[in-house]
Amino acid sequence: MADLEQPAQESKEQNGAKERYFVRFTRAQRYLHAVLFTTFLGLAATGLPMRFSQSAWARMFASGVGGFGAIIFFHKFFAVVLTVAFLIHVKGVFQRGLVNREKGIFWGPTSMVGNWKDVKDLLGHLRWMVGLGPKPQFERYAYWEKFDYWAVFWGMIVIGFSGYAMWFAPFFARFLPGWALNAVLVIHSEEALLAILFIFSIHFVNTHLRPDSFPMDMVIFTGVESEEEFKIKRPKEYQRLAAEGKLENRIAHAPALWLTNFSRAVGAIAILIGLTLLVLTLSAYFGS
Amino acid sequence: MKSRSSIALTWAASALLLLAAPRAVVAQTDCLACHADASMQDASGHSVAVDAPKFHSSIHGGLQCSDCHTAIKDYPHPDKITPVQCDTCHADEAAGLVGSVHASRAEHPCTSCHGDAHAIFPKADPRSAVYPLNVPRTCGACHGNASMAKQHGLNNVYPLYLDSIHGFALSKEGLLVAANCQSCHGSHHILSHKDPQSPTYKANVPKTCGNCHAGIAAEYMGGVHGKAIAAGELDAPVCSDCHTAHAIEQPTASAFRMQSTPICGSCHKDKFSTYRDTFHSQLGSLGGYVETARCWDCHKAHEILPASDPRSPINKANLIATCGRCHAGANRSFVQYQPHANARNRKLNPALYFIRLFMNLLLGSVLTFFMIHTVLWLIRSHYIQIKTRSANGGKNG
Repeated sequence: MADLEQPAQESKEQNGAKERYFVRFTRAQRYLHAVLFTTFLGLAATGLPMRFSQSAWARMFASGVGGFGAIIFFHKFFAVVLTVAFLIHVKGVFQRGLVNREKGIFWGPTSMVGNWKDVKDLLGHLRWMVGLGPKPQFERYAYWEKFDYWAVFWGMIVIGFSGYAMWFAPFFARFLPGWALNAVLVIHSEEALLAILFIFSIHFVNTHLRPDSFPMDMVIFTGVESEEEFKIKRPKEYQRLAAEGKLENRIAHAPALWLTNFSRAVGAIAILIGLTLLVLTLSAYFGS
Repeated sequence: MKSRSSIALTWAASALLLLAAPRAVVAQTDCLACHADASMQDASGHSVAVDAPKFHSSIHGGLQCSDCHTAIKDYPHPDKITPVQCDTCHADEAAGLVGSVHASRAEHPCTSCHGDAHAIFPKADPRSAVYPLNVPRTCGACHGNASMAKQHGLNNVYPLYLDSIHGFALSKEGLLVAANCQSCHGSHHILSHKDPQSPTYKANVPKTCGNCHAGIAAEYMGGVHGKAIAAGELDAPVCSDCHTAHAIEQPTASAFRMQSTPICGSCHKDKFSTYRDTFHSQLGSLGGYVETARCWDCHKAHEILPASDPRSPINKANLIATCGRCHAGANRSFVQYQPHANARNRKLNPALYFIRLFMNLLLGSVLTFFMIHTVLWLIRSHYIQIKTRSANGGKNG
């Protein structure tokens, strides 16, 4: 990944015994995640009151932000921002893969596309969880990370398309049958509910709250992680880079204190909002 | 000259005689000699003073005291005298009171509504307690009293009326035509709304409201609800079921639009639950945004007609126009949208049913798998952490 090597240029110098840090995410990738989780929280916060519009909290929240005119406005606003971010990402992927002919985008160890190793890793990981085997050696993107990526990708298309179909219903009715207009709300709300429940419970725990990363995996915010973390979490990638002699290219500065603190605060707020929405969703879902 | 003056004298004398003959023995001036004193009280401490100028300007100002106080023939008169019987003259009104909710003369003397017996004015006079703009305050003296309402099992209606569209028209605009209590309940022959003769009896409500709202009443009577009421089906809603009887709001107000859909839903339960599943309801339920379609935006409010009626806004031929009122560009395909689709009903909406089933299975299976995956992972990670710590002689060693 050519991008990943750039920040490393400025950090060749080592501070003796100090722990080494390695780049995992580029600035663009971190920004994409920031836009993604900000708009996702916004969409969830404005979408859930619509989904559970009979709940007292939904009505209180709606009147707090200025009624439904405001709710629907912000929902559409976040949707447009996220759509733009998604399109920029897709364009970037195609640019790198098809135009620049960058290797490793669509297949290979650094690709987001699933492969046979992911299936073996999943089964091996499950065996390890119940104490029947060794822990699999994960590559750059573990199978659950790929699932997260494709779940968002699929969700973006499904929720996005169904959302725009409702927003511009008379236009979409020119080429969609009438019953599809009924279907898009069911699809939109169920898929969004899945995304919300998944992100605010599974993704939060898998990525941030599990003992290895608790309370938060900072790498998506700072872009770098310590050598120890790198070795434990992605031994296969570490070994591959070491074998290829490319490990040095990925060395980076330890994250600045302000960045770590800022990321902690932002991450904690995001997780807190997410967990609050999760509790409200579950209470409305099982309360009604 | 002499004969002329004698003729005039004779005329004057006979005129006096004519005037004096039917009059009571005691003249106003005689009574007022004592009763004009504002501090005058009877033995039990009640005021027996009469405001003479006010009495003279009142509708009864031309009568002699003894016309009403018939027991008093001479002076001095007894301390205790029989109560005044208004029905001696006002027989029609008295007949009206018989059988009414205010029939008890002891609890509801005429003065309880008409005010001070010596200051009664015609109802067209702004000084009258029953002048249209004063009626609510007069009735409210009792019907704005929460404990009195509770005691009689009534609603405390006066505050509700004051804040209603009728109350505002009356108190803020001073409209004489604004409905006051008496416009709907009548005046003397007021009957309980349970009495079929009462103008507020359910079946009579459309006619009562129609006294002013004639156009709406005609539309209503042409619709399914009006026809049902006319046929004696009293489960059908009348004006007051949707608009309430006293706290009537401007129907375009957000609060009214918010509260009214559940009113339709209280009878049309299946339609209400399917409406609740739609974007129209989801958006509209939270208030502040009143434009989303409610029942009457598609079905009309008063002249509600079945979809089979070509004049109905939900008749197939009219759907593009009806939906198009909000959705500019609505076409034939657009109006195939079902505003009451039931995704839980396989027979009625198979496509929607299977889409919902698929989405639920997807949601359920993904979450179930990852739930198990995450929990196992957490347990294993925790176990390994403890093992590592104990191996290193840590706090769990």
